[in-house]
Amino acid sequence: MGYLNISHVDKTFVTGSKRAEVLRDIRLDIAQGEFVSIIGHSGCGKSTLLNLIAGLTDVTKGGIKLDGFEVKAPGPDRAVVFQNHSLLPWLTVYDNVKLAVEKVFRGVKNKAERHEWILHNLDLVQMRHAADKRPGEISGGMRQRVGIARALAMEPKVLLLDEPFGALDALTRAHLQDAVMDIHARLGNTMIMITHDVDEAVLLADRIVMMTNGPAATIGEVLDVNLPRPRERISAATDPTYLKARQAVLRFLYERHRFVEAAE
Amino acid sequence: MSAVTQMKPQAPAPKASATISTLPERPRKGLALPGWANSLAVNTLPPLVVVLVILAVWQIAFSAPGSNLPTPTTVWAESSDLILEPFYVYGSQDIGLGWRVLTSLERVAYGFGFAALIGIVVGAVIGQSVWMMRGLDPIFQVLRTVPPLAWLPISLAAFMDSRPSAIFVIFITAIWPVIINTAAGVRNIPQDYRNVAQVLRLNHIEFFFKIMVPAAAPYIFSGLRIGVGLSWLAIVAAEMLTGGVGIGFFIWDAWNSSRLTDIIVALVYIGVVGLLLDKLVGFIGRVVTRGTSEA
Ligand SMILES: Nc1ncnc2c1ncn2[C@@H]1O[C@H](COP(=O)(O)OP(=O)(O)OP(=O)(O)O)[C@@H](O)[C@H]1O
Ligand SMILES: [Mg+2]
Repeated sequence: MGYLNISHVDKTFVTGSKRAEVLRDIRLDIAQGEFVSIIGHSGCGKSTLLNLIAGLTDVTKGGIKLDGFEVKAPGPDRAVVFQNHSLLPWLTVYDNVKLAVEKVFRGVKNKAERHEWILHNLDLVQMRHAADKRPGEISGGMRQRVGIARALAMEPKVLLLDEPFGALDALTRAHLQDAVMDIHARLGNTMIMITHDVDEAVLLADRIVMMTNGPAATIGEVLDVNLPRPRERISAATDPTYLKARQAVLRFLYERHRFVEAAE
Repeated sequence: MSAVTQMKPQAPAPKASATISTLPERPRKGLALPGWANSLAVNTLPPLVVVLVILAVWQIAFSAPGSNLPTPTTVWAESSDLILEPFYVYGSQDIGLGWRVLTSLERVAYGFGFAALIGIVVGAVIGQSVWMMRGLDPIFQVLRTVPPLAWLPISLAAFMDSRPSAIFVIFITAIWPVIINTAAGVRNIPQDYRNVAQVLRLNHIEFFFKIMVPAAAPYIFSGLRIGVGLSWLAIVAAEMLTGGVGIGFFIWDAWNSSRLTDIIVALVYIGVVGLLLDKLVGFIGRVVTRGTSEA
């Protein structure tokens, strides 16, 4: 059994008399230090799966275990980087990270150590220079970096990223992908990242989890990406392994599980 | 593709494909003043002119012998001491309007202060709970429309004393907009912020101070602003009935001794103080919520 174990998980939302079965029989084992990408069409339930792992929503059936412990509620051992950064706009960059550090390391680190730790994490994402700015005063890419720093600062067992770069332009996106790869190489965290972007999935992940379309979505296929690390985007782009993986994902998404416009 | 330039700048171009019309640069008119003096002139000159016009019309309208309201010049002649010396003390009941306003403000401070504290806490609790909201909101909407003075008899019966009664009237008048707005603000806290709080395992108190109050601050302050305005309305009315040394009682007293000019001066005081209260709360709100509305 892996570090993170998702076994036979179903999720059905019940609102009033309406039942919506979103996920059915999700089974997944993730090893410590592994980087897993989850890809699938919009609305298939990727965020729902991530929220289940985070503990923000409860499973309907089945169970999730992290490092031997059952996931029942949210906690800082499963830090989330949300799609829309979700920094608190009334706090500075420093204070946003501080909020997390004070909560997680109160009683473990003293004040000076906590201060160092905040700056250290801002350094990891190259954001120390903006420590005193508010989220409204920095760019979208910078906000997302701070979101990552805040999550990393919790020293989570697993880092959950929900389409963290979805709203960014291609260039900024590439920079941040490099930053995440660099952090993964240095710290060796377990990371799960949702994405819409096939190239992002292939470049970053050790394994790509492809989800079928909802309702009652499940894991359709899991693909190993055996590219050596460190990976470099330009040389990877012509690597046969990379191209084959890319093609496999594209085929899954656009031939076998083409997006059907859901009748809302 | 015709480039129509400077022909008829005002006429809306009849959706030509690509019409480039260079607007003639507006000539910089007005006096060549430094920026601050200019903005001061722009902001104060128009109201000043309007006030002068009103005074002139008033003067002319009530100059006829036997008219039952005083003119501005009589107001000045009979009550200029009230304007020029707000802080004189000649006896226990014969004090300047400044002192009276301060007495009233003190009551407002108590009543409104309690209303703000309790209103924010109650509003936060209600905003957190859908069922409380559903149950209590209609009741608040009804109570909110009760005029301040309608509370006074009950208040007098309960407290048997005019001072706490007046404060209670302010409290009960000002609290509804604070509760209702705070609850609306709390309900509108983005799910993202709640998720952050959950991941960090913030407890209720931490959540209240670190997420709820700052996130709802714009709403809270608009409630406080309405509340302080209502407080000021309520205290003047309440004092007219309960007596004491406040500005409201001064008006009542002046009416009983037929000092119409004093009443007019008092009205101006009340208006100016009310405006200042509103501006003060608005200013504090802007400073406090500086970061909240961005991003
Ligand atoms: N709280 C909820 N109650 C009811 N239905 C929900 C709830 N949350 C999500 N759903 C439904 O679950 C389905 C999956 O939603 P989810 O947000 O997980 O999709 P997604 O794969 O993350 O999509 P996207 O790529 O667009 O972010 C959707 O049909 C959505 O309507
Ligand atoms: Mg999603």
